[in-house]
Amino acid sequence: MDILTNLAQGFDVALTWQNLGLALIGCLLGTIIGALPGLGPSNGVAILIPLAFTLGLPATPALILLTSVYYGAMYGGRISSILINIPGDEPALMSTLDGYPMARQGKAGEALALSGTASFVGSFLATIGVALFAPLLVQVALLFGPAEYFALFTLAFATLGGVSSANQGKSAMAAALGLGIAMIGIDGSTGTQRFTFGNIHLLEGIDFLVAIVGLFAISEVLLFMEHKGEGTPSGVKLDRITVPLSTLRRCFGAMMRGSGIGFIAGILPGAGASLGSFVAYTMEKRISDGNKTFGKGDPRGLAAPEAGNNASAGGALIPMLSLGVPGSGTTAVLLAMLLTLNITPGPLLFQNNPDVVWGLIAALFIANIILFAMNVPLVGLFVQVLQVPPRVLMPTVAMVSAVGIYGLSGSTFDLLLMVGFGVGGYMLRKLDVPLVPIILGILLGNQMEDNLRRALTISNGDWSILWASPLAIALWSLAVIGFVAPMILGRFLRPELPASTAEALDTD
Amino acid sequence: MSSDRLLGAIGLILGVAFIWSATQIETGFIVDPLGPRTFPVIVGGVLALASLFILLRPDPKPDWPIASRWMEIVAAVAVLIGYSLFLEEVGFVVATAIAAALLSWRLGSRLHWAVVSGIGISLGIYAIFHLVLGLSLAKGPLGF
Repeated sequence: MDILTNLAQGFDVALTWQNLGLALIGCLLGTIIGALPGLGPSNGVAILIPLAFTLGLPATPALILLTSVYYGAMYGGRISSILINIPGDEPALMSTLDGYPMARQGKAGEALALSGTASFVGSFLATIGVALFAPLLVQVALLFGPAEYFALFTLAFATLGGVSSANQGKSAMAAALGLGIAMIGIDGSTGTQRFTFGNIHLLEGIDFLVAIVGLFAISEVLLFMEHKGEGTPSGVKLDRITVPLSTLRRCFGAMMRGSGIGFIAGILPGAGASLGSFVAYTMEKRISDGNKTFGKGDPRGLAAPEAGNNASAGGALIPMLSLGVPGSGTTAVLLAMLLTLNITPGPLLFQNNPDVVWGLIAALFIANIILFAMNVPLVGLFVQVLQVPPRVLMPTVAMVSAVGIYGLSGSTFDLLLMVGFGVGGYMLRKLDVPLVPIILGILLGNQMEDNLRRALTISNGDWSILWASPLAIALWSLAVIGFVAPMILGRFLRPELPASTAEALDTD
Repeated sequence: MSSDRLLGAIGLILGVAFIWSATQIETGFIVDPLGPRTFPVIVGGVLALASLFILLRPDPKPDWPIASRWMEIVAAVAVLIGYSLFLEEVGFVVATAIAAALLSWRLGSRLHWAVVSGIGISLGIYAIFHLVLGLSLAKGPLGF
């Protein structure tokens, strides 16, 4: 029972007063960030990374803080979905379908309690899954040489647009933009300057945190400037926040199925939490909707996608931790955090820093329990957060982002760069170009080139080494299928987004 | 010309320029089979091809903001650029209060409420991040 000993060690690491305190703060911030329309897990975590870093937190506590924020945001997204029919983030979209009708029938409290429970079940099962499966994937990862890693990175880019991607040309363009930005600076292995145009600020390359905060947070502020903070929610009243035992029993199956589907969707590269909750809802509807009550406030239609989106948040951690290749926007941001802390995910992480990995997994269990306590009895507090108007919130987001970036380097050049990325991010979002491949390109660009370089050095310049092993061939085939399939299947699988909310939503 | 055709055209030019620029990279003494040029050339190629695809098969036009809203965005960007340039000149508290107040005003606060929010946001961030968490923020001539 290796896993149990490891977990016990993990709890040893996580159960200090400082770490518990950080988990508590993270859960609180995360739920608030998730609940606020327009702020989701990826831009929430993006704003907080530079702060966690400049505060000088060591690796494990920083990781605990930010993953608590991540899990918290997945919980919080449902609050505004249910109460005001505006999803706090994209994965919470499916929760509006039956959650909002329940609230309109005067069962808002029941809907919140039920969805909180479903979130708990989903993330709890998924965290167990992480503990069980991440070490297994590490065994597979040990088979990877440089050529296989190069193929794996390509696979990640090819599938990142996701099954729901609207335009693969734009996903590819975004990936190339990100990789191109990563090339800026001094080439690590040959020492030559590339694309620096003689600017000394560019010698060390562009800090990915600057790009992430600009693309996610500042572009969000600009979107709000465009809409002038329209659609501000008005007061919401809550009744008792409990859920009858009979309803819970009726929803048990829905939660279990939702968790399973969400978890698998989370592990798959590119699928992400949005697809997890979408498939969980669609399947539950097919199984349980005998009386055509789905979409009219059926509790099962709320429990399934909520369990699904939280389970996929857990599942998405597996490829990120064991292979170093994130499958979704938020895990890409979490990868950025690990790299900032000088931790390289992958098989070596499990060997060299078991305390980080298992401490993190233990922290996820703890965060889950804290979140359950916060989100069921105390949800009334978070409902108040919805009253914060964007005209106060958005300036705060912009200024806190600037504080984090300035704190990193003390350089106003980085601030200007952040604003530049914000403008670019705004234009690209308007044009429907996904931002996550850009981030991933900036993060992984140099590693991708290094692996290609190592592979070619091994083979003495023979490019056929890239498809020399069965594993590499399998990865390349998956990459091709993953890139081409959405063009054919996309229209059937894409969740129907109302056009007006689609651009404003954070991708998971 | 639709927005996507413009995007594709810009991307195509960028991709070609990137490839050209990559071929100008000086190679050093250390030589390995890949060299510093090849990967950027591949990346530029992907960028150019993807842009060509967008150019030839554009999506429907996105709903761009009307002119007055464009002005709002330009104004917000100007505020943020000004903030970046003057932050170290005037110090964190003053710069942040002014920038936050301006943003809040443009987001629809009444003028006096915008001033109150600006000062509140600035002092709040200063208190939490500097006084409590000990983060170093830009010091102006007044010492804060």
